[in-house]
Amino acid sequence: MSMEIVVFVVLALAAMVSGWLVFRVDSMARATFSLLGSFLAVACLMLLLASEFLFAITFLMMIGEMVIMVLYMIAFMMNPAGLNPMNMVHQPRWAAAAGIVTFLVLASVILVTDWPVSEANPPADVTAAIGHELLGGSMLIFETAGVTLLTGMIAVMAMAARRGRFGDAIQVQREDDDGGGHDHGGHH
Amino acid sequence: MSLEWFLLLGAALIGIGVWGALSQMSIVMLMMGLELMLNGVLLSVVAFWYYVAPDSAKGQVFAIIVMTLMAVEAALGFAIVIAVYRGKMLDTVDGAGDLKG
Repeated sequence: MSMEIVVFVVLALAAMVSGWLVFRVDSMARATFSLLGSFLAVACLMLLLASEFLFAITFLMMIGEMVIMVLYMIAFMMNPAGLNPMNMVHQPRWAAAAGIVTFLVLASVILVTDWPVSEANPPADVTAAIGHELLGGSMLIFETAGVTLLTGMIAVMAMAARRGRFGDAIQVQREDDDGGGHDHGGHH
Repeated sequence: MSLEWFLLLGAALIGIGVWGALSQMSIVMLMMGLELMLNGVLLSVVAFWYYVAPDSAKGQVFAIIVMTLMAVEAALGFAIVIAVYRGKMLDTVDGAGDLKG
């Protein structure tokens, strides 16, 4: 059994087990880091697929994303340290059945299809090829992705702003008031 | 090691993500299920590039786009969580069913 197969099996098991653990552990911080473990296992699998650049950016991006997600998990969930056993699930059997059915349908399609596997080799310097492609033929996709990210950031700030997405235009009933009890969007 | 192995792993991650997204009550945990699904998709895209069309770098660009979508979706999901919490002081999907039915 070659080294590659051993590495693949170890990383695949790591990805699946840590993905499953995300929904089984009691502590929210551990769930987030378990999800990070799943992402890092998939990033290492990309090294087996001759994608060093994607490995590096997945590694960096996912670590940053999960560390920020930990903050949100701890802020929004009631059991961040896992000191109490917690079971906040609904429809557990239907969800498990849906997951298994999804996997079986996808697996049957994967095994039945005759994939057009190509004999070609990847380019000698994949990173340089990505650079030429992003700034050459795929420039439009690159720019559109950038504008999409900008739109996303503006939408996020509009939705998460304390004064709401309508600003002073409407009067909003809120549980929390920011001191003084004065109302927004008064009489103009 | 062939294409099917990577695709089966991707399908397994998608299945685990579906289970998690459908079973969790908290919106943030549901988003972790969505992230797991996108994880499976990302691995499948890179596997397709390597085995089916490795001579150009367009598959890698597709993978970068998938990763961009992952980040945007996570950010928007968290903004929605904050907005729902500010309006109704809750963070579970069961309580956010105002538009149901």
